[in-house]
Amino acid sequence: MSETSIDLAKGERSEDSFQASDFQFVQENEKLMDKTYKATSYAKDVWVHFTRNKGAVVGFVIIVIIIFMAIIGPMISGHTYDEIILKYQSLPPRIPGLDKLGIFNGFEHGKDVYAAKGASDVYYWFGTDTNGRDLFTRVWQGTRVSLIIALVAVVIDIVIGMSYGLISGYFGGKVDMIMQRIVEVLNGIPTLVVVTLLGLVLPQGMTSIIFALMITGWIGMSRIARAEVLKLKESEYVLASKTLGAKDFAIIFKDIMPNIFGQLIIMSMFSVPNAIFTEAFLSFVGLGIQPPMASLGSLISDGYKSLTIHPYMIMSSIVVLALLMLSFNLFADGLRDAFDPNQKQS
Amino acid sequence: MSKYVLKRLLISIATLLVILFVLFLMEDMMPGSPFNDEKLNAAQKAVLYAKYGLDQPFMIRFMKYLGAMLKGDLGVSYVINKNKAVSEMIMNPLWVSIRVGAQAMLVGSVLGLLLGIAAALNHNSWVDSLCSIISIIGVSVPSYVFALLLAYFIGFKLGWAPILYNAKSVASSLTLPTIALAMFPIANISRFTRSEMIDVLGSDYILLVQAKGVRENDLIFHHALRNTLIPIVTVMGPLLVNLLTGSMVVEKVFAIPGIGMLMVQAIQNNDYNVVIACAFVYSAMYILMMLIVDILYGVIDPRIRVAKGAD
Repeated sequence: MSETSIDLAKGERSEDSFQASDFQFVQENEKLMDKTYKATSYAKDVWVHFTRNKGAVVGFVIIVIIIFMAIIGPMISGHTYDEIILKYQSLPPRIPGLDKLGIFNGFEHGKDVYAAKGASDVYYWFGTDTNGRDLFTRVWQGTRVSLIIALVAVVIDIVIGMSYGLISGYFGGKVDMIMQRIVEVLNGIPTLVVVTLLGLVLPQGMTSIIFALMITGWIGMSRIARAEVLKLKESEYVLASKTLGAKDFAIIFKDIMPNIFGQLIIMSMFSVPNAIFTEAFLSFVGLGIQPPMASLGSLISDGYKSLTIHPYMIMSSIVVLALLMLSFNLFADGLRDAFDPNQKQS
Repeated sequence: MSKYVLKRLLISIATLLVILFVLFLMEDMMPGSPFNDEKLNAAQKAVLYAKYGLDQPFMIRFMKYLGAMLKGDLGVSYVINKNKAVSEMIMNPLWVSIRVGAQAMLVGSVLGLLLGIAAALNHNSWVDSLCSIISIIGVSVPSYVFALLLAYFIGFKLGWAPILYNAKSVASSLTLPTIALAMFPIANISRFTRSEMIDVLGSDYILLVQAKGVRENDLIFHHALRNTLIPIVTVMGPLLVNLLTGSMVVEKVFAIPGIGMLMVQAIQNNDYNVVIACAFVYSAMYILMMLIVDILYGVIDPRIRVAKGAD
């Protein structure tokens, strides 16, 4: 015990309350040094947050599998999407290996359809449709369409929505007023009406779907971008850039945009399920992808016609569509939480 | 407040006018004519065009239509129901569609709210997990997929409800469509209710209410729910719109003679006036819903009312 501590104790408190032996030194033998923890990079932080979210990882894995199958599926099946084999009409699913276990064995309503059609050595994994086309090939071909639409939706979101929001928010005043009124009017027209009418004016198929997305698909994104710019445009670095004589568009796209780009990309992931749904909806009503080309929506529409007789025809495309939308939702949720942990985790 | 409502009303009317104009323009660009499949020569077609005033310039037709519309006259059908007034034609389908939509919204919001509250009160329990699973599935799976699954399993396999619409037993034939359409609102509303409720229950004023010894039911339904409702009202607008889109396909699945079916039929037949009327009704309903939601927002939350009133 050192002298000073006793003196202090005496000086400040009554003599009996504390004894010197009441105290003991800690860290006496430790070298007091700053501990260096391993630095976590931003990317690693994001990775940790993302992988902790089970749903997001599952969603990501399913997306990767579906993309993979969409690429190689039509190649490995040995059929093309429009190849019609009339003698193999309406065959239920039959998968080698699993047929021994009593599932996917080509039986329908208690009868072996394959044997009845003299095709005991043929395997159609997802079955065939009423025209004798291989559903496995058609489902993955249709998935390609949905994935292309998804990609286009993201591009439209970013190119049109983001630029529109950035410009509207940055300039403010009259420009903002007019641009926002336009958005309000566009937003007032139900997508449904635009899409159905466009399907008639334009050639039906991809073009009309993409055009419909271009008219209404980007409005949500433009609102977010505008709100972000309103926050950022008063900041000091923008002022500094202005003082140095930067042009307006240089400030918008070189200074402000990189700061919000990541966030907006993540938000654009949320428009993917919506776009996929729009395509499936249009094709289901008969205004989207036209036969013999397949899309998930048109496959569901075809399968619906024989739903009560051959329910398997619709199931494969329904499952892929539901999985695709589900996993994109989960993935986008996970990404948002990982990149922005401050946001409310719902 | 009244100034704000007035401003919103003006914007809505302007939007409707623009929509009508765009619809007219699109109709004009549509390939084909209403008198396509009749065996008519050019001279006879010209007579028909003159009879219905289709030979006049675009702007004159538009202004005439607008003038007639203000008197409640939506023109006559050219193809589907020859020469019948469109305003009569769309009445019945409109009511069927509104009925399905309203039922779905009612079921969806009540169940969604209850599910969300249950999940928030039993945070991190099995109720909570169930709520998350339902909401994720409900948000991700399109309503017509639900409709098809319901039609197959409940309608066809179990035979509990009719698959196809029957005008004699409207209530029972609208059961499955209502459930199919309600899935999305249930999922969305329960998700929002849950996260908002958890937030509100953790706030100071709830602690105070608890300290005052208010009964639990009162606490949840009187004090907590009101604040929870504010953000939920904002999602109601988009939800209703989604319902409109969904209902069009669900109508096709269950063969309900609703406005969506009529519109598709009219588009396929180039029945100009019917297409315009259906699309316009859709837009008008949509804009009306947005308006109601906006005003409702101010009614529920006095803070917004004040802020907007000063605007």
